[in-house]
Amino acid sequence: MADAIVNGLGGLTVGFQVLVADWRNTVMILVGFVFLYLGIKKDCEPLLLVPIGFGCILANIPLSDVMSEEGFIRTIYNAGIATELFPLLIFVGIGAMTDFGPLLARPSIFLLGAAGQFGIFLTLLLALAMGFPQLDAVAIGIIGACDGPTAIYVTSKYAPHLLGAVSVAAYSYMSLVPIIQPPIMRFMTTKKERETVMKPLAKPVSKTTKLLFPLVITILGGVIAPKGLPLLGTIMLGNLMRESGVVTRLTKASENEIANVVTLFLGLCIGATMVGSAFIKAQTLIILGLAFVAICLDTVCGVLMGKLMRVATGGKVNPLIGAAGISAFPMAARVVQKEGAKWNKKSYLLMHAMGANAGGQVGSVIAAAVMLSVLAGMGIIR
Amino acid sequence: MDNFTFGMTMLICGMGGTLLTLWVMSLIMGLLGKLFPEKPEKKEA
Repeated sequence: MADAIVNGLGGLTVGFQVLVADWRNTVMILVGFVFLYLGIKKDCEPLLLVPIGFGCILANIPLSDVMSEEGFIRTIYNAGIATELFPLLIFVGIGAMTDFGPLLARPSIFLLGAAGQFGIFLTLLLALAMGFPQLDAVAIGIIGACDGPTAIYVTSKYAPHLLGAVSVAAYSYMSLVPIIQPPIMRFMTTKKERETVMKPLAKPVSKTTKLLFPLVITILGGVIAPKGLPLLGTIMLGNLMRESGVVTRLTKASENEIANVVTLFLGLCIGATMVGSAFIKAQTLIILGLAFVAICLDTVCGVLMGKLMRVATGGKVNPLIGAAGISAFPMAARVVQKEGAKWNKKSYLLMHAMGANAGGQVGSVIAAAVMLSVLAGMGIIR
Repeated sequence: MDNFTFGMTMLICGMGGTLLTLWVMSLIMGLLGKLFPEKPEKKEA
């Protein structure tokens, strides 16, 4: 009987023994606490960081079976991430929430959304140069889309072992956009350029144009880059529902209930992929570094395109709006407005920046779609 | 395929494809904006 009691007590202490034996789980539990602290106390992307932080703690408790074959988070992961369903459902919500009006009022701003994606491809080159396998480099490059769902979609499909690092990098750098972008914007522009006052977008957009927008983008984008059609189709479905105005219940469900439930599951699954033994590697630090470079390059290329548009329009464009050509919506647009107003109190760049930011949303999806289709064309993916 | 060829193909086709696609989209949306301009609401008599 004494043996049975000792063995029974051993069962209660084995978790502590594993925790002491493998320090990586302890570190990741602390990382989970940091995420919770940032989300709860600092209000930094709490909708994501709270479930990610808690998922991270759950998965790193020794002998935790939440990610084992029959574990409850593994079940959610298999249902929504392995199948790529969750990022797509999030996209329906994003489409339902986004007003593309400022972009449609000046469609040339689409080009800023394109330039804001160049960091993806330049970072891909850097990742290859650092020795990452080709599909891993694609997953790392896609962080430069500044678009969490797109990064998760591509990574879960082609480099699932990097999902934790890529997701954390994508979301953490998105929340750091107000810190990362302003110094680059100032470095890349002259005082005169930053002080430029842009005329307000006076041209209203008709409902017909707004309704045709998601249809045209879906068909054209789908024909050019069919591998990315799920991404493009879902964001445009959400936007069509919004602009049609006849399915208010579906629109509201997409931007509230569906998006909320999926965000919870997505965060929990991402956190649970951050198991110490798989996450604490030099590779993770390199990925975080490359992600930072990707967002810097996006900003540089966006501002350069803004400068090009300034030249083409005879000085009517403030190149700062180029920095909003990324997908971090509407954060990047607010950063541009704040920076512009700092240099000229009469400058009101918000609506122009919102247009560029909406262009960045479409741009990130198109860049991912083009990337996947080029990969398929080269025979690297099916 | 070696990494250099892969990287350069992704850079040229990826960046070029993205830019070209979005440029065509901007042209089409600009055209649609002109074809279907916003009409001012008619005032009721």
